Amino acid sequence: MRKLWITLTYLVFFILIAAPLGKMAANAFSGGFAGFREALSRPEALHALMMTGLVVVVVTLLNTLFGIMLALYLVRAHWLSRRLKGFLNSIVDLPYAVSPVIGGLMIVLLLGPDSALGGVFEQIGLKIVYAFPGMVIATLFVTFPLMVREIMPVLQEIGSQQEEAASTLGAYGWTTFWKVTWPSIRWAVAYGVILTVARSLGEFGAVLVVSGNIMNKTQTATTLVYQDVENFNVTAAGGIALVLAAFSAGLLLLMEWSKRRKEVH
Amino acid sequence: MNSLLRHKGWTWGFRTTILLYFVILIVLPILGVYYNSFSQGFSGFVESISDPIAWKSVLLTLKLAVIATLINVLLGTMIAWVLIRYQFPGKALLNSLVDLPFALPTAVGGLMILLLLGPGSLIGGIAESLGFEIVFHQPAIVIAMVFVTFPFVIRAVQPLLEELDPSEEEAAYTMGASSPRVFREVILPSMAPGMISGGMLAFSRALAEFGAVVLVAGNIPGRTLVSSVFIYGEVESDNPAGAAAVSIILLTLSFLILWLINLAQMRGRRA
Repeated sequence: MRKLWITLTYLVFFILIAAPLGKMAANAFSGGFAGFREALSRPEALHALMMTGLVVVVVTLLNTLFGIMLALYLVRAHWLSRRLKGFLNSIVDLPYAVSPVIGGLMIVLLLGPDSALGGVFEQIGLKIVYAFPGMVIATLFVTFPLMVREIMPVLQEIGSQQEEAASTLGAYGWTTFWKVTWPSIRWAVAYGVILTVARSLGEFGAVLVVSGNIMNKTQTATTLVYQDVENFNVTAAGGIALVLAAFSAGLLLLMEWSKRRKEVH
Repeated sequence: MNSLLRHKGWTWGFRTTILLYFVILIVLPILGVYYNSFSQGFSGFVESISDPIAWKSVLLTLKLAVIATLINVLLGTMIAWVLIRYQFPGKALLNSLVDLPFALPTAVGGLMILLLLGPGSLIGGIAESLGFEIVFHQPAIVIAMVFVTFPFVIRAVQPLLEELDPSEEEAAYTMGASSPRVFREVILPSMAPGMISGGMLAFSRALAEFGAVVLVAGNIPGRTLVSSVFIYGEVESDNPAGAAAVSIILLTLSFLILWLINLAQMRGRRA
């Protein structure tokens, strides 16, 4: 009985995860190493990887900053009523329930060239949808809960006694944060950063809708994979997908490592 | 510096910025979609929805998501059980591999399935000669959904099994219960909350899935066109009202599921 269940588990993992991964790697190298390099050194591939990198950096910075602040407010703020805090708290999870395509659609509807807000921005010469800012906003929307949800439980767990003690002893808010709060939340923040990077690296639906997938302009690595498949250039798609998969696997290892650190702290 | 930062105006400006960012980023877009789909009145919404391609895509998505969720509840419960209860070589590796579908970009997941099962591949060839069609047909969509939602049930059931007190089981055995009966009356009830909440999360994720599905589905209206792909097509063909109408059906459904999960978790915590 026991042997049967273990074999079945191995089988599921093999069919669902190992075999597809192996097949994709084999496919990326089906033209030898030269073919793999060629797929990656196409100008559109280099540009797409650069765009992905830019989006990841900007989104991670903004999401970390605002995520920490918002988590602090939702747990600690006395100037928000309990009811309001509960309400805001339940809103945080909404992006989880929204399909990425719908997330992209929302931003097109709100800020697209036909909308009122989009028109205003267009007049001052700022293009949002089908341009970099829109892609950042879409990815921010999708990654929003990750950071907040990592930090909030830690803040609740450590309680506010130490922080209150620090301010009773005369420390300013800023000092209290760096000397007391930060050391206990930093591993949660690190974990949130890894999650945000992984999610923004792989975001596809929202970015596809918002970016318009314009080659050499707004195309990211994932949307290039999509376009390559649509053009029946499966080998090239496999090359880029393999690079993305390697990054994700690396992030997964980091996650495992920081999870252990987070538990020790 | 500190005295400057402690000025009242600064504090309020800062707080308002954070809260405004939050509201503008999350709330405004969601309201925008609802507003947009009703902008031509309720009849406009009904008209967009009564398009057979639209409602068939919603029904198809629901059907396939239910199948994928059932598969995942079964597989996930089994794997959670094996990973917690048995010691065997490679266990730690499998346990970390569980999260891989979360970490992988969904488009990469779709491509992997396409390559493994697609035309010209070994498995695709065998299935074709047997008269099965996988890729560009409904089975491929279910596989893509199962792949993407794979970790949910496992990660929801694992902690429950870990917490389960072995003495409960032992007591049942001592009193002469057979092992199927112990499983049915002791173990299954303690895993059930995880199976349900993990299953609901998997279901709402499967409803929303786009990246993996768009690559492996044939996207034939009425047969392999799921809602998220339909929405994308409407946006591309410059019909945002039609896209918004289907969107709010999916959104409302997902919000309902999210609310149910929260409710279940709160009741669980109180119990």
